Amino acid sequence: MAAPAPAFPEPVLASAVLFRAVMDAFARPGEVKPIAGAPAAPAPLSPTAAALATGLLDYETPVWLDPVLSEHARVGNWIRLHTGARVTADPRLAAFAFMADPEHALAFDTFSLGTADYPDRSTTLVLQVRGFGVGTPLSLRGPGIADVRSFSSSPLPSDFAARLIANRALFPRGVDVILVSPDAVAALPRSVHVVEERT
Amino acid sequence: MTDHAQRVGEARDSVPTARRAAMAVLADAHADEIEQGLRAVAAPIDYVELRPVETGLVMLCGRIGGEGAPFNLGEATVTRAAVQIPSGEVGFAYILGRDHKKARLSAVCDALWQSKLHRDAVEAHVLAPVRTRVAAERAQRRAQTAATKVDFFTLVRGED
Amino acid sequence: MYVAVKGGERAIENAHALLADVRRGDRSVPDISLAQITEQLALAVDRVMSEGSLYDRGLAALAIKQARGDLIEAIFLLRAFRTTCPRFGASEPLDTASMDVRRRISAVFKDLPGGQVLGPTFDYTHRLLDHGLADQAAVAPPVEAAADTAPMRPVTDLLAHDDLIERFAATDDARAVGDLTRDPLSFPAARDVRLQNLARGDEGFLLALGYSTQRGYGRTHPFAGEIRFGEVEVEFFAEEVGFALPLGTIAVTECQMVNQFKGSASEPPRFTRGYGLAFGQSERKAMSMALVDRALRARELGEEVKAPAQDEEFVLSHSDNIQATGFVEHLKLPHHVDFQAELGLVRQLRAEFAAAGRDGDNDGHTALQDAAE
Repeated sequence: MAAPAPAFPEPVLASAVLFRAVMDAFARPGEVKPIAGAPAAPAPLSPTAAALATGLLDYETPVWLDPVLSEHARVGNWIRLHTGARVTADPRLAAFAFMADPEHALAFDTFSLGTADYPDRSTTLVLQVRGFGVGTPLSLRGPGIADVRSFSSSPLPSDFAARLIANRALFPRGVDVILVSPDAVAALPRSVHVVEERT
Repeated sequence: MTDHAQRVGEARDSVPTARRAAMAVLADAHADEIEQGLRAVAAPIDYVELRPVETGLVMLCGRIGGEGAPFNLGEATVTRAAVQIPSGEVGFAYILGRDHKKARLSAVCDALWQSKLHRDAVEAHVLAPVRTRVAAERAQRRAQTAATKVDFFTLVRGED
Repeated sequence: MYVAVKGGERAIENAHALLADVRRGDRSVPDISLAQITEQLALAVDRVMSEGSLYDRGLAALAIKQARGDLIEAIFLLRAFRTTCPRFGASEPLDTASMDVRRRISAVFKDLPGGQVLGPTFDYTHRLLDHGLADQAAVAPPVEAAADTAPMRPVTDLLAHDDLIERFAATDDARAVGDLTRDPLSFPAARDVRLQNLARGDEGFLLALGYSTQRGYGRTHPFAGEIRFGEVEVEFFAEEVGFALPLGTIAVTECQMVNQFKGSASEPPRFTRGYGLAFGQSERKAMSMALVDRALRARELGEEVKAPAQDEEFVLSHSDNIQATGFVEHLKLPHHVDFQAELGLVRQLRAEFAAAGRDGDNDGHTALQDAAE
């Protein structure tokens, strides 16, 4: 078996800091929060996506990997070793779905959307992006946003705005989306209203 | 069958029985025993921790009626380690309790055991002495227990 | 209204220092060691592990020392400690049939395969205080005899041979195992959740409820089919390793109660069962748990729910002694404002009472009294 890489030097502190950043990102949809990456992450899982994995996954959260990530055994091995999470091929069973190629992401309703009684039992999508402030701007409104916030990131599916709007219509069910760049994270919870800006 | 039960079942067919047996011996060992045995295997032992030794919990499950569906009985402290030795083998240990040193040394033993170069030495210097000690303790306990078994046959008075 | 916060802090600090002092006691007396507690007060350790829901003898001993011997306080400490640890997962179900038995008795069969093995038990002692123990005299090594190598088959297997007793299918079915540490208790509760609740439940409470079923509050007609104590292997399927690893062994006590038989139009009568399982040598707990388990099965066995031990909401909502003591002991917290309101109400009622007395009319209810009720 190819050698899994060594881990965080201070896992408890690192995961607490990371968790706080993600929590803040969800509380303020579209705001970009800096985060540190995990050392020696298994490419093509980015260091910051790997850091998210260690902070959010455990043995109770099955994880789905997109074709780019699941092509390499080292990604699944690293996740199993450092988080204990089970890698599943069934998106409906996934608590988290990591995608290195968000442009070609599966339709959001392929994943778990939760139930009326337990809307939280839905999949949280984690999309690896190149950065924020690039790409088609979206206007965000809703809980955690004072009035309106402009948000953009790339690469994303060309119908991203339409997907988010369709997702919002399912509220309280639906998916939540985390976007992670090489040094930062932003979140679009299912509560967010999206309007595609016309520039 | 749940996905999990199916995977455990499938894994059971391919369980490396000998490796599992070696791990069972290590689970009963004391940290000092493993350390002492390892000195005879290789000194110093080069290894890197793939994941910091960590103490956590495992939820212990019983079976309803001792035979039926599982239920959650309560948790136990468990310490786990994952190490890699220069020849590439990755060793794991999961042991009851909070002994970090024991978990780390057990994982090193597991890695060495997987290496053809070191397996015999690990068997001879680490595992064999522990097996002997544990077997002796178990035998003594069973003998003490056996003495408390009720013998219902009455004694027949013999002729004087 | 101002509360002098600094004064409160200082009083608390001083109280903690005083607590540490009385915990230590007379300095000329040796400080008790954790090893002494795990070795010589093992049954206290077993209880704290069972109700703390954490198998770790060393931690339980530490908790007992820190709690000055107050076992529920010690259980509280273990429960709090558990919240600081990550969970790696769940073990494979324990195989009690493969137990390395140290004690096994059955009240339903006299001579059975494997025999009646008494083990270390108080059962035949005469309950006379032994002043010799105060002298710390040496204890002789126990007697040994040739060990029987045959495995001890469960008594339920013997009864099952003639299909006389109900069986439980070894399913790992599609429904996930209920977990009170993850999901709140809701009713009706499935049997797996009930057993988890009882396993962590207060021994005294379950003992009283079990006793009540014997005295007619819910008639289950129990027999101790088997009680066994010993060590079982623990296995854990680690994702990153890919197979079930052996973690070591733990000591548990298991009780199979054989209860009132039950049949129907389509099913022949069979004995029904109650089940108890506890950490360590906790026989009274395992037996009480089995009695209450059977009582709580009233609904599924078509029995009328009449007695407290059969009342699922009553039993399961009040069995956890940490929840119980949390609410009971919370009464020590300031309720000053609430009480001021009560004082005001009582004073007003008294004034009305006195006034009515003067006016010669004491038996009418006032509007205020109605409001108070």
